[in-house]
Formats: sequence, structure tokens, C-alpha cells
Amino acid sequence: MTSKLDHTFATLRQRGEKALIAYVMAGDPSLQDTEQLVVELEQAGADIIELGVPFSDPIADGPVIQQAAERALRSGTSLRTILSMVTRLRARTQIPLILMAYYNNIHAFGPERFCHEAAQAGVDGVIMPDMPPDEAGPLRGPAAAAGLPLIFLLAPTSTEERRTFVARQSQGFVYYVSLTGITGAKLHNMADVAKNVEKIRKVTRVPVAVGFGVATPEDAAKVAAIADGVIVGSAIVKQIAAYGQKPEMVKHVAGFVRSLKAAMRAAQSKPR
Amino acid sequence: MGSVPTKQGRFGLYGGRYVPETLMPALLELEKEYSSAKKDRRFQSELAYYLKHYVGRPTSLYFAQRLTKRLGGAKIYLKREDLCHTGAHKINNAIGQGLLAQRMKKLRIIAETGAGQHGVATATVAAMFGLQCEVYMGTEDMQRQALNVFRMRLLGSTVTGVDAGSRTLKDAISEAMRDWTTNIRTTHYILGSVLGAHPYPMMIRDFQSIIGRETRRQILAAEGRLPDCLIACVGGGSNAIGLFHAFIRDKKVKMVGVEAGGLGVASGKHAARFAGGKPGVLQGTMTYLLQGDDGQVNLTHSVSAGLDYAAIGPEHSYLRDQGRAEYTSVTDDEAMAAFDLLAREEGIMPALESAHAIAYTVKVAPTMKKNQLLVVNLSGRGDKDVQQIANMRGITL
Ligand SMILES: Cc1ncc(COP(=O)(O)O)c(C=O)c1O
Repeated sequence: MTSKLDHTFATLRQRGEKALIAYVMAGDPSLQDTEQLVVELEQAGADIIELGVPFSDPIADGPVIQQAAERALRSGTSLRTILSMVTRLRARTQIPLILMAYYNNIHAFGPERFCHEAAQAGVDGVIMPDMPPDEAGPLRGPAAAAGLPLIFLLAPTSTEERRTFVARQSQGFVYYVSLTGITGAKLHNMADVAKNVEKIRKVTRVPVAVGFGVATPEDAAKVAAIADGVIVGSAIVKQIAAYGQKPEMVKHVAGFVRSLKAAMRAAQSKPR
Repeated sequence: MGSVPTKQGRFGLYGGRYVPETLMPALLELEKEYSSAKKDRRFQSELAYYLKHYVGRPTSLYFAQRLTKRLGGAKIYLKREDLCHTGAHKINNAIGQGLLAQRMKKLRIIAETGAGQHGVATATVAAMFGLQCEVYMGTEDMQRQALNVFRMRLLGSTVTGVDAGSRTLKDAISEAMRDWTTNIRTTHYILGSVLGAHPYPMMIRDFQSIIGRETRRQILAAEGRLPDCLIACVGGGSNAIGLFHAFIRDKKVKMVGVEAGGLGVASGKHAARFAGGKPGVLQGTMTYLLQGDDGQVNLTHSVSAGLDYAAIGPEHSYLRDQGRAEYTSVTDDEAMAAFDLLAREEGIMPALESAHAIAYTVKVAPTMKKNQLLVVNLSGRGDKDVQQIANMRGITL
């Protein structure tokens, strides 16, 4: 089965580009804003959009995304309203959309119903920061039936045994968490990231995307040099928070995303 | 009922390891280290040494004669965990995990705390073993348990306030998990109740099960038979499972866990997970959880910070599904009245958490026969709550 994510990574590879995966918290500050952001960020060069599903107790997130989740919950966002937004978005764009959701939101929705309705709405993959593949049993069948890729994470602390175990189960791409920490922390050891990405490549052929701590165009360029995808979260969410309800918010965030993609392209065109 | 948990940390449908990948290797290592320590004679004798000479175990099983007479039913025994060093059962676990941390060469420890008792126990153990210690505590709890905050600081620990969410135990655990994720290579997280990802619920149960093992021996010595009923309050559920565990196979021994009914279950302001919750995943484990239809975790309320938590230990969910243990709740007011009753009848001020177990005892003892035996886990002493009670009564100390 080839998914839309597979197709996106393959097309980019042909063009000699790396994927820019932009994270926004769905419903921050409102779902209308998120909808507009998705469309504009695609224009600005994002290749894949990761939509955060707000959860009351996000154990893997730092303050920036925690506060975004609080704002999204205050604006009345839920998994149900996010899926409706995805349905609406599909009339406007075909950019791959993946959900980043803590498992309890999916559990409460019903794992089977979730896989079915998410795929139906046009969601192209799911990342669950608190769900290692060890616990994913109940989701695997329904996800496969719906054709919904489950994307798993690896971390700097992962042992060789886990690297093999997790990478082989991850569909679409492997999400490599660049640092031992939570979202929004500072990335400092790029050599270590490169080494670990290489190790993951040895055990799987699915693309490897790197996230956590990628904050600036310079970071994005460096990560693009070693991985297939660059995930930027807190840095984008911070910009959204800074402009909030102001009319120029979307334009400003799109500008930031454009600068990320430009830096990645520049790094790729340089001979290595 | 086979032995639980399974190798994957499952108690029936409950438990498991729902954590970020960064933590998985550490949990697997902890499980390995714990299972080797469990079989290691030296570890066990060291643990026994500290429990005896430092904690002051065995704690007594005290016949509460005046309370028994006053309630006019079953014969009531109190398991005096309030007599442990630092004033609650929490130190049984903190000593065990403190020894494990040293075994794993982790010289920094972190903990969360609600009532502050687990924080104080961990700070104490850290001081005694020479470990660096940071304790996370919701700012709401820091206010109502200010005395314990100061105690932790006197013991040389850093207390870090958590201002997120309901600013109580749940938020403190999330923050401790984030710290652990960040400092995993140098730090051991001493979780304070039978919560979180495997192996915590199993390991903490094992460390607390000394309560029930002693009780069994003591009641047999005093009465020549097993009790008819065990009662304990349930926050995460460590003092309750600690008392229950040694009796699980004794089907005739009834076991009752008492949750925080807050302002009443109907008010929505409570922490009665079995009355108002349904299974879900919070902070690493699948268990009964107070949550909305869309899976957001509800805010809870209890006069007692140690019971004020949205989820319950997974083994309790399992025992309840199996029908092996029963769960009920009492309100803030009932717990407060029980506090006064025990203070005046027996000269023992219970922790507000433990007062919930007493409050249920007040209801059930009179319905039982005079020759029946009740054991109540008096999980902690009420010194830490004196200030809060004074405030509630409008008294400035
Ligand atoms: C004295 C006392 N009893 C009970 C509890 C509740 O915890 P658990 O249910 O794990 O025993 C606490 C927690 O802070 C406590 O301090």
C-alpha cells in the first residue's frame, strides 16, 4: 500500500528536496484560523502539516505547546470538530495532513471509529506521543483497514533493539525526536542527531523526519542536510501565539515558514 | 485470578506503558533492575534494615477500643502507618526506590507530591542517602500544605511549583514526567503511588505490601483469625493496595477502598473515579479516569490534597472489575467529622486522606456484628493538615 505520505516523500526526493513538516495546534486561536493557516502554509512551502489535537495533560510538550492546547480547548476544539475541519479543508487542498494526538483523545472517541472517520475526512497519518508501538495493538487492525498510517517515534535514548522494533512498525515516516526532552527544548548536538538518523536508516527504508528543537531557518537547513523531513513545532506555535487574533497573524506565520523552506532549499542546492 | 501484572504490566485491561519513546528504555531498565533487586538478598536485607531502624517498622496494629464502643458494632483495629518516620506510609516506597536509584547509579531523584507526604518522604530519603532531590508540587497544593513545603526545603530539597491545569497532583506528575524525559540519563523518578507506567504500579505495590503482611501477622496474633473487612482511602491507591495485597487470596476478607467524594458525587466536584469515571489513559497507564466525552481530563476536588486526582491505580480498576474489592466514597464534610471523632475518641489526629477511611468506618462498623473484625489503614497523621483545618474554621494560628 502506498500512502499519500509515501508519494510526497518520493516526489520531493526526485526534486532533490526535503520535506518541511509544519506543526500547528488545531483550534489555536480558532479552527477557522487553523484552516486558513493550512492553506497559506502550503503556499509558503510546507510539504506536510501536522495538526495538534489539544489534550488537557500533554506530558511530552513544553510550555509553548501546552499553552497552545489550553487556548485550543478554550476555543471549543475537539477531535470531532478537527475532523470536520479536515473534511472542509479537503475541498481546498490536498497537502498531507497528519494528526498528533495523545492516546486518550482517540481512546475516548473509539479507536475503530477514529481510524475510519479520520481516513474518511482525509487525514493521512497519526502520531501519538504517548503511544509506543508496544501498546498500539488495538489500533493496528482498524488503522490498516482504514489505510491510515501509524507513525511512531524514536529517541536518542532508544536502544538498538528498540530502534529496529519501532522503525519497522512506523508507516509513512519515522519521527526521530532529536533530543532527550520535551517540545520546545533547545537542539544542540547536531552530530549526535546525524549519527542516530544514519542508524535508523540501516534498519528501515521509510523516510526519517527529525523534530523537537528545530527553531530557526539555520536549524532547519542543518536538519535537512541529514534527514528526509524537518518538523518545526514550537517555533511556529510561538509565532501564532505572538499575533493571536490579529489579522496579520496568518501572513506573518506564512512568512516564517517561507524562510524555513528557503533555508532548506538553499542547503540542498549547495554541493555536499 | 492469576498473578498480576503480566510481563507487559497489564492488570486485565488496565495498566501498560503509555509513555513517550524517550522514557521506554528507562522503564525497561527499571523493570529489569527491580526484578534483579527483588531476588537479591543484599537488597532485601538492606531494605528490611531501613524499614526497621529508620522508618520504625513494624507499625502497630492498635485496637481502637473507644471508637469501637462509640460506633457499637465491629471491633476496629487501626494499622498505624501514621507512626512511620515522616508521618505516613509513603516512606515505605521512598526507601525502596531510593535504594534502587543508588543501585542504578542515579544520583539525582525527582518526585511529585500532592499532600506533600510523598515529597517529604522522598526529601527525607534523599537527605539520608545523600542524593540530590527536586520535588514538583501544584501551587494550589503548596498553599494548602505549606508546612510540608517548608519541611522539604528544610531537608535540603528543591520544591518547584507547578502552575498548570488544576495546579494539583495531576499537574505535578506531568511536570515530573517532563523533567524525567529531559534528565533521564542522570535521574530516577520516585513516583509516589501505584500509578504511571509499568513497572511503577507493581513495584510500588510490592514496596507497600509490607503493610498487609504485618497486619496479617498482627491480627492473627491478636485475634487468632483474619479480619472480616479491610478499609483504606484511595488516592492513587498505594496505601490501600499495600494493605490489601497480602489478603487477596483470602476471599472471605472483604476489601473496601474509599475515594474522595468532595462536595458530593452529584456536584461533579469530587475525585470518585469509579462513580464518575470511565477507562482511559493518563500519565502512562490505562485505568478509570474522570474525563469528559471527548477524553479531556476533568478537574477534581477534595479537601484532601492526597486524594485529589483524576485517575486511580490500574490494579484497583482490575480488582473492582473482578469484584474482589469494593469502592465507595465519602464527602469532605464526612471526612472532617471523622477527623474530629478520631482525635477526640482516640487521641489520634488522622491525615485528611486517612480520615476518609475513618468516615466510611463510621458508616459501616455499626452495621456489623460485635464479633466481626475491621482493619482500617491509618495511612498518615494529621499534623500536616492542622493549618488547613484552622483556616477552614476561620482561625488564625
Ligand atoms: C496520609 C496519606 N494517605 C493517603 C494518601 C493517598 O495516596 P495513596 O492512595 O497512594 O495511598 C496520601 C497521599 O498523599 C497521604 O499522604
